[in-house]
Amino acid sequence: MLRFIGRRLLVAIPTLFLVVTVAFFMMRAAPGSPFDMERKLAPEILKNVQAKYGMNRPLGEQYVRYLADVAHGDLGPSLKYKDKTVLQILQENYAVSLVLGLSAILIASVVGIVLGVLAALRQNRAVDYGVMALAIGGVCIPTFVTAPLLVLLFASTLGLLPSAGWNGGALPNLILPIAVLALPQIAIISRLTRAGMIEVLHSNYVRTARAKGLPEHRIVMRHALRAAILPLVSYLGPACAGLITGSLVVERIFNLPGLGKFFVISALQRDYTVVMGMVIFYAALILVLNLLADLIYAALDPRVRLA
Amino acid sequence: MSTGILVPGSTKGAELMERAVKGRSLWDDARRRLLRNKAAVAGMVTLAVLALAALVGPYLAPYAYDAINKEDVWVAPLTHGHLLGTDSLGRDLLARLLIGLRVSLAIGLVATGVSLVIGVAWGAVAGFVGGRIDETMMRIVDVLYSLPFIFFVILLMVTFGSNIILIFVAIGAVEWLTMSRIVRGQTLALKHKEFVEAARALGLGSGAIIARHIVPNLLGPVVVYVTLTIPAVILAESFLSFLGLGVQPPMASLGTLIANGAQDMELAWWLLVFPSVLMVVTLMSFNFIGDGLRDALDPKDR
Repeated sequence: MLRFIGRRLLVAIPTLFLVVTVAFFMMRAAPGSPFDMERKLAPEILKNVQAKYGMNRPLGEQYVRYLADVAHGDLGPSLKYKDKTVLQILQENYAVSLVLGLSAILIASVVGIVLGVLAALRQNRAVDYGVMALAIGGVCIPTFVTAPLLVLLFASTLGLLPSAGWNGGALPNLILPIAVLALPQIAIISRLTRAGMIEVLHSNYVRTARAKGLPEHRIVMRHALRAAILPLVSYLGPACAGLITGSLVVERIFNLPGLGKFFVISALQRDYTVVMGMVIFYAALILVLNLLADLIYAALDPRVRLA
Repeated sequence: MSTGILVPGSTKGAELMERAVKGRSLWDDARRRLLRNKAAVAGMVTLAVLALAALVGPYLAPYAYDAINKEDVWVAPLTHGHLLGTDSLGRDLLARLLIGLRVSLAIGLVATGVSLVIGVAWGAVAGFVGGRIDETMMRIVDVLYSLPFIFFVILLMVTFGSNIILIFVAIGAVEWLTMSRIVRGQTLALKHKEFVEAARALGLGSGAIIARHIVPNLLGPVVVYVTLTIPAVILAESFLSFLGLGVQPPMASLGTLIANGAQDMELAWWLLVFPSVLMVVTLMSFNFIGDGLRDALDPKDR
């Protein structure tokens, strides 16, 4: 177990190294610089500013120096936001994204599992068809369609919910963004649960449980469900990637002060260090979640041995 | 059919023999199953209509997609001779939908083509050669899998500016990973089959065996995955366009149309609703076809 974690962490290092390298050189290859402004800086001032950030050195040297800094946990200062380090910016903005992502995945799991189980128990009947139609809709209707349509309906037309803004995380402000993020996940989770449940309900140990005379709800809740939701655990990593992609759209549409909104703006402004910091942060997050998924999977399924 | 005696060498006899011998191939079977699937057929018909509209529609539309008309700004549908209304610059929405659909479909096809070529080549070589090369190649895929790809696509667009060719390449380069895994798995299963051994016995090299014998036999799962990749690519492009990083105005894709519609939706609901509906219908058609093909080609679920 410990050896497994250790090995996975060892593999994570070259992955992160690759992420840093590719992102570094892509960012530097972009035309323009963080010091392009409306009014051009005087050449001497520009030189001074570049020297301050070590950007007058050869690119290779900057790269090596940046790698060394990152290895020490130092992501450097922001080039656009004066007096702020990248770490500070990450700290100030991750909470919004975290709240949105976590609530969305929790709600999606609960709703998706319930719908999936219901559909599996009523296979090929009205409930099943309803859930599957919803699942197809959830997969085919992208977040940037659901978000404006829901705003149009609930905010502009009915006036029930605010159309945008964070407002200190007040509940009415959270409902629409979380719903938009959760919908596609509900679709996928209910589909996975349904498929897993149908398979498990035909397995031998469920037949044994039936033969023992256990009541149906016990069979479903205690015996079948545990095995049926196993595929969900391996979906954790892709789900996280999907939520991150979704959050880029959602934070923009609802004007929320999260990391996703920051990323696009920083990339367009050539804020090298901030962009790099966020890429590293997200890459690490996905690596950790994938590792976590494997560990949970092994804990739930005794047939899996971690080696 | 009992009219004549089968005389060897007579044309009629040969014809009858041939008919009797001809069995139902895997593809015949698959086609029959696919045509029995109502959702898949509906998807194919819808898609054929949409593709035709995207191909010839822009030439037939009464307005050009980029024709600005300051007189008829935000015209509601079915008024002033605009079937679906106009946008903030007075451009006809129908004309813009047709050109947007064309751009989105083209990106879907070309980027999927890119991912198909890379994925099939990568997976087939890794699976066929095996050993350390296989391990290295698939390890690279694993590493790429765990990258936050959307960020790299965004960085690419920012770095090289948005042009359509780059969108093709960027998205195609991202989507080949799953394809290569599927192809590798299939190749591993195929490479010890007798017909590969026979080809080797005939003196064919590895390259020729991969190209002539392995790849044609992979088609089934690859076709299924391709029909599911196209909508994923259309979605990815629209996502970029929505963030303002994709297709640049006055060109349009379904994503840019939805993004513009979302900005103006309080004034002109049609600018949001019609592109959204078109987008969803397109994606659904592809998904129905993909699901239908999977059911048709996968003998497990028969």
